[in-house]
Amino acid sequence: MTPPLYDKLQIYLVMAACLMVIGIYGLLRRRTLIGMLISGELIFSAASLNLMAFSRFTVQDPAVGQIFVLFIMGLAAAEVAIALSVILAVYRNYRSVSTKELADLKG
Amino acid sequence: MSHIFNTTLILNGIFFLALATTLAGALIAVLSTRLIRSVCGLAICCLGLSGLYYFLHSPFLALMEILIYIGAVCVTIVFAVMLAEPDEPAKDEKRASALEWGGAMLAMTAGLVWALSRLVLSRTWIEPGAGMKGSGAIRAIGLHLLTTYGMAFELISLALLVAIVGALAIARSGRTKP
Repeated sequence: MTPPLYDKLQIYLVMAACLMVIGIYGLLRRRTLIGMLISGELIFSAASLNLMAFSRFTVQDPAVGQIFVLFIMGLAAAEVAIALSVILAVYRNYRSVSTKELADLKG
Repeated sequence: MSHIFNTTLILNGIFFLALATTLAGALIAVLSTRLIRSVCGLAICCLGLSGLYYFLHSPFLALMEILIYIGAVCVTIVFAVMLAEPDEPAKDEKRASALEWGGAMLAMTAGLVWALSRLVLSRTWIEPGAGMKGSGAIRAIGLHLLTTYGMAFELISLALLVAIVGALAIARSGRTKP
């Protein structure tokens, strides 16, 4: 008897790959800092889903993966706080969050 | 027997709903022009992800995903969108080069998805079999957090504290300038 579809490792891994690639696409396509931050969050989520799937299907103690993903979420929250304050500081100085305007150090 | 079949069918349906929600949210987050819709797409994506975590036998992480990502991260980004410029700037490039870059990016992303999926599907993953220990329930997670991973837990809280203080310091400087 084959396991049902939601009990297969592969479908979660393919889903995580799709999420990561969508995030990379957004990171390349977006022209504002906030949009790039959102795409970065998608990549974070893909990594978390990947780790969680591996911890569910191939690791002996299922609590370890959950704790690791919890730590990833905490770090992602800290990263968002720092990145948004940087974005606000940039907006205060340049009056824009578009990545094309931030070219002061360009040689 | 038909009873079991029906349960599996319903569970598969819910699972595909979670998958579709995640994918649709991610696509909305990336493809929409207005940033506020993009944030909403991120929230929808996290809702679907919490469903996937539930299917991975972790209701704790499903709740945490909703609490941290939708409740904290998305709301913070909404605040930043309100304080800064709300929209993507109008496209000012030439149409031919934009098409070229778009085509190259689509080809690259499709190739990445194909390569990763092939990598995943082409090999067999080893199951732990009978060697499972621990239940993965919330009680087990709490015990691990206070014993084995206590040091990492404290370091995370320290990192959060530094991040909050640093965010305040960065966002405060330069406020008096015009």
